[in-house]
Amino acid sequence: MINLSDQALIEKVRGGNYEAFESLVNRYEGKIYRLAIRMLRNPQDAEDALQETFIQVFRGLPGFEGRSQFSTWLFRLATNVCLMRIRHRDTEPSKMLPLEDYLPKLEEGAAPQMVDWADRPEDALLSKESREKMMEALDKLPPEYRAVFILRDIEGFSNAETGESLGISVAAVKSRLHRARIALRGMLSGYFEKKQISRGLETSLEA
Amino acid sequence: MEKDEKTTQVFSCKGMECKEMLEKLSEYIDGDLDPKLCEDLEKHMADCNPCLIFVNTLKKTISLFKYASSEPLPKEVHLRLHDYLKKKCQGC
Repeated sequence: MINLSDQALIEKVRGGNYEAFESLVNRYEGKIYRLAIRMLRNPQDAEDALQETFIQVFRGLPGFEGRSQFSTWLFRLATNVCLMRIRHRDTEPSKMLPLEDYLPKLEEGAAPQMVDWADRPEDALLSKESREKMMEALDKLPPEYRAVFILRDIEGFSNAETGESLGISVAAVKSRLHRARIALRGMLSGYFEKKQISRGLETSLEA
Repeated sequence: MEKDEKTTQVFSCKGMECKEMLEKLSEYIDGDLDPKLCEDLEKHMADCNPCLIFVNTLKKTISLFKYASSEPLPKEVHLRLHDYLKKKCQGC
């Protein structure tokens, strides 16, 4: 069944074939878990959200009309499950700060310095500590912005698919995505710039 | 101590131009920007190193998140999911 399209598997599930449902789950469980762990940050919550999403899929499949792609519908269910869980948490979700707060600061008199950390390869930048910083940065975004960034930039959905998954317009997707990217860059720059400067200091002290 | 060669003074160009550029950056990165604006933006970056660094680090931010997001589903999570669904869905 591994070669069958989503639609062909859905038809089989509707005909009572449970194996076909398991094939659909196998196809998407990794992506949905990654979405959930990035939305919720907590592995137990992510696993619960994963289970809840696929139960909803199983129950919803008879009514799935195929007007949108299965993957778009699935991510819509999963994102809603995650957003509901965030809403039910005791802690207040993060708020978006003004965009200026994530930009390099212009100071009176002396201009601040800017460090280019972009020419280092991904492997060199991705330590255990920096992965943790990235998760923290993502967690600081308001959930609605986080969801757009995950679907659009991590999962590679189009603007239209992202909008459909989240029930928002393409213009809203573009606006949230832009702000999310600028905020994440700002937060990561703070971390990588410090790293780069201390690396430079170490090199000059060794010399 | 000598300054790191990658360290640059920020926004030495006209502030307004940088701000206008900032608003267009996502469209530029996604290849959705009007060709004329794209040309203006690239011309601006050629003269404005801080903006060039900003764009490069913005692109890198996106690629880092994508790159860091390929970890496999833990085996035990997969097994628990399938067990859970089997139990729940047979009663559906």
